[in-house]
Amino acid sequence: MTDSTTLPEIFQGRIDSEEKIEPRDWMPDAYRKTLIRQISQHAHSEIVGQLPEGNWITRAPSLRRKAILLAKVQDEAGHGLYLYSAAETLGISREQMLEQLHSGKAKYSSIFNYPTLTWADIGAIGWLVDSAAIINQIPLCRCSYGPYARAMVRICKEESFHQRQGYELLMTLCQGSEEQKAMAQDAINRWWWPSVMMFGPGDANSTHSAQSMQWKIKRNSNDELRQKFVDQAVPQAEYLGLTLPDPDLKWNEARGHYDFGEIDWDEFYQVVGGNGPCNHERISARIKAHEDGAWVREAALAYADKQRQRARKAAA
Amino acid sequence: MSGETTRQELFQYVIRLGDNALINGQRLAEWCGRGPFVEEDIAMTNIALDLVGRARMLLTYAGEVEGAGRTEDDLAYFRNEREFRNFQIMELPVGDFAFTTARQFFVDAYDYFYYRALQHSVDSTLAGIAAKTLKECEYHLRHSAEWMLRLGDGTEQSHAKISTAVAELMPFTYELFDADGIDRAMQANQIGVDLNTVEALWNEKVNNVLDEATLERPELKYTRSGGRQGLHSEHIGYLLAEMQSLQRAMPGQDW
Ligand SMILES: [Fe+2]
Ligand SMILES: [Fe+2]
Repeated sequence: MTDSTTLPEIFQGRIDSEEKIEPRDWMPDAYRKTLIRQISQHAHSEIVGQLPEGNWITRAPSLRRKAILLAKVQDEAGHGLYLYSAAETLGISREQMLEQLHSGKAKYSSIFNYPTLTWADIGAIGWLVDSAAIINQIPLCRCSYGPYARAMVRICKEESFHQRQGYELLMTLCQGSEEQKAMAQDAINRWWWPSVMMFGPGDANSTHSAQSMQWKIKRNSNDELRQKFVDQAVPQAEYLGLTLPDPDLKWNEARGHYDFGEIDWDEFYQVVGGNGPCNHERISARIKAHEDGAWVREAALAYADKQRQRARKAAA
Repeated sequence: MSGETTRQELFQYVIRLGDNALINGQRLAEWCGRGPFVEEDIAMTNIALDLVGRARMLLTYAGEVEGAGRTEDDLAYFRNEREFRNFQIMELPVGDFAFTTARQFFVDAYDYFYYRALQHSVDSTLAGIAAKTLKECEYHLRHSAEWMLRLGDGTEQSHAKISTAVAELMPFTYELFDADGIDRAMQANQIGVDLNTVEALWNEKVNNVLDEATLERPELKYTRSGGRQGLHSEHIGYLLAEMQSLQRAMPGQDW
């Protein structure tokens, strides 16, 4: 490199040679902003994602399933925590991030704006939603930003555990009574398309993609990842004996992939825009938890303050 | 005492312990996703998970003792209000964070001293479960006792809320030590524990923590008891209706 190499050039050079960027390193403002947006959105998704699954904890049909579901929802909250911490290394506070979630400024994964109507929905979420999450997240384990990449390694391990548990739940239903199998099929009918939409807009309409690819925050396009998801899910659905609700789904020998039908982009943008079946309820639930907890957080701070003063007095 | 009576008594004894863990866990799990901040949400979910795990061990053992082939799920999902043997304090609605904290503190202190004694049971299964449970109880008690201090000695508002919760819950703690014939029989044959000892240790711990938290221990103007005999508060029916709904709607299936 010559003397005239600029900071942005050095930065891009490090990224090109697969070096990790760490919190104290120089980074372009836009890189920082993009990461804050993406990591906090990811963290919010984990936290809001507790709600639809938490909806079935008190009604889980066996104690084993209750324990598995409690552990899963606890894991998701843990993911939220690692991710909030990763975002904090970029100079935003948790309070600010929560503010953005509650005001609607920050987004979270739209999938959690759908309701969990029956027990089979818990299996459908584990199988489809955790699968989609893994496919989205595996490339993030190699993200150029160190703290995010490291958080993703930990998270991906747990997500694959969730995915297997969800699949096993559905398998149990599919091997059960007609009524149970119908419950599983109904859940897949409702969760399939929202899961396919989890990969975001098609490549032609994806606003942030090119820059994120160059920064190695993103390594695959939305449509590539979506295809991977579909290819993986089809044989798994067949094995369960369930039908995916897409008449256009068929193997394309020439492409070596499954073709699938057109996504209802109108529904996608409705839900992203706040008009999904549970958007209002999810955010209201988060705001209520935060507001109901305000006095608790204040008490903890006041107590810690008193303890510090007492310690100082004792030392004097 | 005939062999059959002892088996029935042991079944009752174990089912009480299992029901206490299950119903407490069921209530605590209602906090999932609604905690005052993420770390505490995780902690409460984690404790609920411990309680469900403990309930599973105890109900499985109760089924074995009974010898009628009932599994943990048969016992959890197919008994009615009068057959549940948990203390009433476990089934009270979840309330606010102060109510949950005070309930957990009273129950955690009880469980800690109870299972510490039960480790020495001549019943090796119970002794084993107690030893495993004790590690969790220690953590649970530390957690809830710390929150008693933070809320009691935090702000004026938190002090008022936790005082109200303590006053509401104190009458329900009477039942924890309201031994009946089964407790006495189990203590006599060294399967069970000496509730008088547990009570003395519990009082000491509770008084110390309340004192440090700048809280008064309220006088008991009335008491509540009866869970040991399946005499509950009106809340139990709703809790069971929710918990058992799916198993009852489609009985006889694998889940
Ligand atoms: Fe997660
Ligand atoms: Fe997950």
